[in-house]
Amino acid sequence: MLELTQIAKQFNGSVALHALDLNFAHNTTTVLIGPSGCGKSTLLRMIAGLVQPDSGSIRFEGEPLTRDNINDLRHRMGYVIQEGGLFPHLTVQGNVTLMARYLKWPVARIDARLQELAQLVRLTPDMFTRYPAELSGGQRQRVSLMRALMLDPDVLLLDEPLGALDPMIRYELQQELRDIFKQIDKTVVMVTHDIAEAAFFADKLADSIVLLREGRVVQQGSLRDLVQSPAEPFVGQFMTAQREPLEHLQKVLR
Amino acid sequence: MRYTRPVLVALIALMPLVCMPAVVAAVEDKTVINVGSKSFTESVVLGEIIRQLAQAEGLQSPHQAQLGGTRVLWNALLAGEIDVYAEYTGTLMQETLVAEKLTGLDDLEQALRARDLRMTAPLGFNNTYALGVKDDLAQQRDLHAISDLRQHPDLKLGFSSEFMDRADGWPGLQRRYQLPQQDVRGLDHDLAYRGVASGSLHVIDLYATDAEIEYYGLNVLQDDLNYFPAYHAIIVYRAELESRAPQVVRALQQLGGKIDAANMINMNAKVKLQGDSEAKVAREFLAATFNIDTAIQSESVWQRFFRHSREHLLLVLISLSAAIVVSVPLGIWAARQPRVGQLILGVVGIIQTIPSLALFVFMIPLLGIGGPPAVVALFLYSLLPIVRNTYAGLNDIPLHMRESAEALGLPSAERLRVIELPLATRSILAGIKTSAVINVGTAPLAALIGAGGYGQPILTGIRLDDTGLILQGAIPAAVLALAVQGLFEGLERYLLPRGLVGNAI
Repeated sequence: MLELTQIAKQFNGSVALHALDLNFAHNTTTVLIGPSGCGKSTLLRMIAGLVQPDSGSIRFEGEPLTRDNINDLRHRMGYVIQEGGLFPHLTVQGNVTLMARYLKWPVARIDARLQELAQLVRLTPDMFTRYPAELSGGQRQRVSLMRALMLDPDVLLLDEPLGALDPMIRYELQQELRDIFKQIDKTVVMVTHDIAEAAFFADKLADSIVLLREGRVVQQGSLRDLVQSPAEPFVGQFMTAQREPLEHLQKVLR
Repeated sequence: MRYTRPVLVALIALMPLVCMPAVVAAVEDKTVINVGSKSFTESVVLGEIIRQLAQAEGLQSPHQAQLGGTRVLWNALLAGEIDVYAEYTGTLMQETLVAEKLTGLDDLEQALRARDLRMTAPLGFNNTYALGVKDDLAQQRDLHAISDLRQHPDLKLGFSSEFMDRADGWPGLQRRYQLPQQDVRGLDHDLAYRGVASGSLHVIDLYATDAEIEYYGLNVLQDDLNYFPAYHAIIVYRAELESRAPQVVRALQQLGGKIDAANMINMNAKVKLQGDSEAKVAREFLAATFNIDTAIQSESVWQRFFRHSREHLLLVLISLSAAIVVSVPLGIWAARQPRVGQLILGVVGIIQTIPSLALFVFMIPLLGIGGPPAVVALFLYSLLPIVRNTYAGLNDIPLHMRESAEALGLPSAERLRVIELPLATRSILAGIKTSAVINVGTAPLAALIGAGGYGQPILTGIRLDDTGLILQGAIPAAVLALAVQGLFEGLERYLLPRGLVGNAI
């Protein structure tokens, strides 16, 4: 589906991504994970065409991303960011249907799709006329997901979609989100820094976790691969750092 | 619904532009004689006399009263913006045409002819410059002649702004008499009298025919080194009047020798001290001298108010809406192309640093006097706040918001229209509000170059020491500033999407 070949990027002389190759197969979920500054967000923004690679190419179903075709290809990719990125001056409905209206979809089709997506993300129609400022954090992310899915894209790009939510809501939305992904058959690329969340979403056989560090892919594989056969000591350190507080907590409670 | 708003705004902004040609028209007409006068009473009275003479000959003769100083009138005459005004021989020979070293009236007439101008014979009085001090100070310090000032370096001098800079004014006077005073300031001639009366100034320049000399009990210091030349009043006019309106030229020529000094002082006193209108004084003079009875259409206070309001509103509406129409795209351009942006912001910033009065006067050589140059000056003055706020409003949209719009696959122009401009609405409107207040506040200065408006009663009020008249201009101007501010607050409430009210992005 998506094929990244030898893409590299520098920002002001410091390397954000070393030349790396990655493939995202059709209908799989790939989670990009790693410490801050490892390049995982840059990678995602590159796929969305928001950042241009210095070298290398990105192909979407074999077609290279260029300045000319990027807007058409973007219609086939949904993009959700941490705070939702909803436009504050537009209502829920305005945000979700923005692109469909620009593409001159018939009103009936827009309405039908809106209802369908609302059901999918469990949002009631009375929310449609609200503005983003009048929504809770969790509701905002649901709306953002609706907006990303409006044109029924092939690819869904998620940049820490649950990062700004409090733990309870986050847990609840994780479950829902995974259910949604199971229903819709999309190629999902998700960025997170939380290994539990990564494992939770990349739970199919074909799914994988990509651990990045300082602009390089350290290891790609399932959670089991990462735990049982770490490619280098850093993989173990990264897993331990995330697990340790919880184990400490369990010890205290015991 | 949402997308109709920008269209609506554009329509509102464009409306006054559509009206503009109507304002600019009505200038060129063969049967019209445009009379000008400088911004002091005697010049306005003489202007009125000229106007009524032309009117008595059956011509339309609008009087652009108190246009400004010599420069403004002279350039307007050369450019054909006005056809005729009253001038003084000394001013032309020692200041305006000083480079030509003219020595007599014949020389002057030749020099004027070379510019397709003509002059009448001297009207009969010499309104020379003089220096004056209050009676009691003159006695106390034993001051009789200008030379006596040399012994009193502590005296405070206040001169009319024009006198400060003229070749035949203070610089030459100081050199000739070797005057030592350090505290010398320029101010409005009419205000100088009030300064000397209150004791905050000791020595001021006088025009020999000023009515205030006697009124304030001033001693005229003798020009013992014969510095000041003669300033015989004459009427200068464009040569073409001889073919266009020969009867008026004949009437003007008849004025030669008809106004002596006592007569002129008396007319000045009637206006300045008794509060008669210039029109009335001129009419009395013409009735007594030529037995001409001119009907003066006197404007009621309300008529005058409505005329000033119309002029002022037109100035503000046209210049502000043109500024909005131009500045918002400039601001967008600046935000889109950082390098061009620096240039645009730099240029409009520099325009803003030009003092407003200077900007008005700069426009005269390009656009003449009256409404158009004033509109252009106000327009230039209104650019910066809108350009800068549009630029800042667009630049301040958070990156993640801009990227969200981009990632949707909206083309650049569409992103600007439906996302970026609406998000920058508050900032852009704030810029427009600032511009509107600057615009309304600067517009009274337009009266100095003949554009009328609320500045007119303010200028006249200052000249005549009439606080009531000043307030007739100042209060409506202030009310208009508040009203414009309120209008845009209301517009903001209507335009600002509900999602943005009370919320940062």
